[in-house]
Amino acid sequence: MKAAAFDYHLPASVEAAVRMLAELGDEAKILAGGQSLVPVMAMRLGRPEHIVDVNRIGELAGVTRSDGMVRVGALTRHRVLERDEAIGATVPLLARAAPYIGHFQIRNRGTLGGSLAHADPAAELPAVAVALDADIEVRSVRGSRRIPAAAFFVSAFTTTLEPDELVTAVHLPAWGRGCGFAVAELARRHGDFAIAGAACGVQVDGDRITRAALALIGMGSVPVRARTAEQALTGASVREADLAAVAREAVAALDPPSDTQGSAAYRRRVGAHMIARALGQALAEAQAQPETGGSK
Amino acid sequence: MSEHEVTLTVNGERRRVRAEPRKTLADLLRQDLLLTGTHLACEHGVCGSCTVLVDGMAIRSCLMFGVQADGSEVTTVEGLAGEEPGSLGPVQRAFREEHGLQCGFCTPGFVVSVTAFLDECPDPADEQIREALSGNLCRCTGYQGIVRAVRLAARLRREEQGRAEQGRAEPEGSR
Repeated sequence: MKAAAFDYHLPASVEAAVRMLAELGDEAKILAGGQSLVPVMAMRLGRPEHIVDVNRIGELAGVTRSDGMVRVGALTRHRVLERDEAIGATVPLLARAAPYIGHFQIRNRGTLGGSLAHADPAAELPAVAVALDADIEVRSVRGSRRIPAAAFFVSAFTTTLEPDELVTAVHLPAWGRGCGFAVAELARRHGDFAIAGAACGVQVDGDRITRAALALIGMGSVPVRARTAEQALTGASVREADLAAVAREAVAALDPPSDTQGSAAYRRRVGAHMIARALGQALAEAQAQPETGGSK
Repeated sequence: MSEHEVTLTVNGERRRVRAEPRKTLADLLRQDLLLTGTHLACEHGVCGSCTVLVDGMAIRSCLMFGVQADGSEVTTVEGLAGEEPGSLGPVQRAFREEHGLQCGFCTPGFVVSVTAFLDECPDPADEQIREALSGNLCRCTGYQGIVRAVRLAARLRREEQGRAEQGRAEPEGSR
């Protein structure tokens, strides 16, 4: 359980980091929080020859807001997502998802960019990015580009990132008033990877659902966006919406993995319950908000 | 592959070592600094035995390379003992009082995690205690004694803090 030897690089800037990545090619691996990469290395499932540690790059941290969008630096730790006031006020779904990630000792190290780049289908933050149509900002010596979350995740642990690209930030929309957000998931033990889960946001106007965003955790090889459920909910009455039926419909055509934690059929069943639970919580939150005034 | 020089403060003492980058902080503490209170069990971030504080935050020292701790302040279980030589700190005392351990292998990780938890949440509800303990595994106790130990530790720490505050206030008050 000891990692194979590697050369260690500690760039002080994004500029320096992407230059290193360009020089070192696919023998290099980026080390952010290390909560997934280091176990992989310890078990020698991966043995990168070069480690580029981005933990000292100050410009990768921080939260900024402009034009209804929030830019969260890639090195933002889960603990900060959980507690940061600006994040809680603008993108509450990040704050709601963070407590489900590992244990507090893991959240003290793990990062937003690292979680997205790792692309574990049972992870929470990729589902949040997909549900909210986030853009993932990446950089290489060739320049900077923004990849929509829907085009970022290819399959389990695989993204459209090029080997020389570094995730620098995530851009998420700040929703307006009358919104509710929730994450629901089932795990054998709190902090373990979810057997199945859901992350959602809804917006209401009186009794009318005006917006719905829903992504599923652990229900496929990538975070699954539940478009049909979103369409069924949008325009519907909050009081009359049959969340259980919408949830069953959302998982009916899915083919989630079967493993020692549960069969595909079990995951569909649990997944449907998690969707209904998350939607119920989000709608209750959205309706509890004052329609005008208020300062959230 | 080349070694790197790492300078860090461990339990208040400045230390300097040379280490291969692949050496985890846990191994660096144990092998180079001979601080064997930090235990290693799973070595891939599941069990919590190796928990230490880095710049005040509880982390798994098997999931951080030693070189990454350069310039940091690290506190291990050795740094959580009482002020008198050979005495126990409040969290350790509580674990002893409430039988929060049997074989004791996982205990250093628990003591460090609980210390960090109580720093942030000095008067926790049972639900919070259980959630805070979820990142540490114990194969002996069944956790009931550990939960009781955290309750007691919280009380001992509050009392100690109260005494410390009183101690500071009294000389001024008597003037």
